[in-house]
Amino acid sequence: MNAQPRKTYDAGVKEYRATYWEPNYTVKDTDVLAVFKVTPQPGVSREEAAAAVAAESSTGTWTTVWTDLLTDLDHYKGRAYRVEDVPGHDEAFYAFIAYPADLFEEGSVVNVFTSLVGNVFGFKAVRALRLEDVRFPIWFVKTCFGPPHGIQVERDKMDKYGRPLLGCTIKPKLGLSAKNYGRAVYECLRGGLDFTKDDENVNSQPFMRWRDRFLFCQEAITKSEAETGERKGHYMNVTAPTVEDMFRRAEFAKELGTPIIMSDYITLGWAAHNSLSKWCRDNGMLLHVHRAMHAVIDRNPNHGINFRVLAKLLRLLGGDHLHSGTVVGKLEGDRAATLGWIDLMRDRFIAEDRARGIFFDQDWGSMPGVFPVASGGIHVWHMPALVAIFGNDSVLQFGGGTLGHPWGNAAGAAANRVALEACVQARNEGRDLEREGKEILQKAASHSPELKVAMETWKEIKFEFDTVDKLDVQHR
Amino acid sequence: MTQVQDYASRLSTPESRKMGTFSYLPPMDDAQIRAQVAWIVQHGWNPAIEHTEPDFARGTYWYMWKLPMFGESDVDAILAELKACHEANPGHHVRLIGYDNFTQSQGANMVVYRGAAV
Repeated sequence: MNAQPRKTYDAGVKEYRATYWEPNYTVKDTDVLAVFKVTPQPGVSREEAAAAVAAESSTGTWTTVWTDLLTDLDHYKGRAYRVEDVPGHDEAFYAFIAYPADLFEEGSVVNVFTSLVGNVFGFKAVRALRLEDVRFPIWFVKTCFGPPHGIQVERDKMDKYGRPLLGCTIKPKLGLSAKNYGRAVYECLRGGLDFTKDDENVNSQPFMRWRDRFLFCQEAITKSEAETGERKGHYMNVTAPTVEDMFRRAEFAKELGTPIIMSDYITLGWAAHNSLSKWCRDNGMLLHVHRAMHAVIDRNPNHGINFRVLAKLLRLLGGDHLHSGTVVGKLEGDRAATLGWIDLMRDRFIAEDRARGIFFDQDWGSMPGVFPVASGGIHVWHMPALVAIFGNDSVLQFGGGTLGHPWGNAAGAAANRVALEACVQARNEGRDLEREGKEILQKAASHSPELKVAMETWKEIKFEFDTVDKLDVQHR
Repeated sequence: MTQVQDYASRLSTPESRKMGTFSYLPPMDDAQIRAQVAWIVQHGWNPAIEHTEPDFARGTYWYMWKLPMFGESDVDAILAELKACHEANPGHHVRLIGYDNFTQSQGANMVVYRGAAV
């Protein structure tokens, strides 16, 4: 019998690297892997800072405690196993950390992130810290709930194939009465959109209580379906002050027979969101997910959490749609990075690809995919680029680009639908959308006065993608 | 700016009914249909044909024309089947599907021959 190495209690403060830096560690398939961008305090070595992050986000505390000896620390501790330069950054470096499976509760995104981005983000040894990517092992993926339905089931339920779906957020964001709001919804849907959307902060204000809104919007759906012969939906926002209110709203939406509801997964809280996504699968309800507050967390390149991690954790929590940025609209994003995370939302297996900011292979097993939603400041002139960038499995949402049409919402919706179908048809014929977009739209406008007027209303845009890239490799 | 135009869609006018992808575009000519068939073949999707009386177009299940053409990569053969379905079922909507067995979905789905609207 092999005797275990003897350990004795030695009180006091030790360097983190003595316990939590293991450059020779071979990562296990069962480990949760994370990469942080670490900006250390002056005078702290990379290895010590990386080890400190590993310690503070797993088992460690600032000093040795005797109860460490009652457990098998080697079985539970996180390990920093690699550090790398951040291209174009003098101070920060990437720290790769492996966390053993037994550190985490099965199926709990809440638990994983309470560890990974808990106290460590306020830790004095680092000046700034950003969680860039997380590799979720297949055991964890399989214990999470995932999208209530996923892309394939939504296409079947809504009977829409071979093209991106089209949506529109109803504006003004706040202040419309329920009946007037329903009018705006009806006009969009009869003009050819698949979906309309409550804005994220439309909950149940005095000017429009949720129940009235739901009733008028459902009438708009029913009539537009009869009129066009196509299936339609309105994302009824069930985000509410309490979980009980949230479910009351969701239950009423179900009673109405509506196909899709929405929530805001960050402001709502992940546990509440996870409960809602489970409810959605049990009740055959599609779930659109908005990401209000994400930019607070993901915009600073040196501190916070990269959106690709927020997107992955939403796929684990469950949602059928998630806002992902447009690349081309008012909320400009990095094209390569956006392509990276929309693949993380949709595909079954995504290989490491540093050029798109993906640090690890990610296997999703049988977990369904989430539709990325491009929304914000986009109009018909963006359509060729959007179809080229996002491909079929996406939802393209034109708010002002529908409602701002000189002839009204129905005409704006028809313009977008014609532009979308013309782009899809041209792409299928082998044409280059980003180079020939103008000709494709002009030809489509020759049989659609609605599109022609839309193209006169909004200016042709130039695509200069190379200049907006913000991945670390491109910083300089 | 041009005068505001009415959007002429009515419950009472059958022409207002649409049928999915490409139904907001003019009907495709032969060359355009050929290009869409070629797109399905290029992806390795399995072509399939379905048709229905326009009265029942809203249901999920239309009539299958024979079986999906598994492994068929000859564009002319697929076009010939589309034509055969259309001729055998005059007045029906006829749609072309590209089954993607990896996603278990349809990579393409478009009405190629439109019957009279109801």
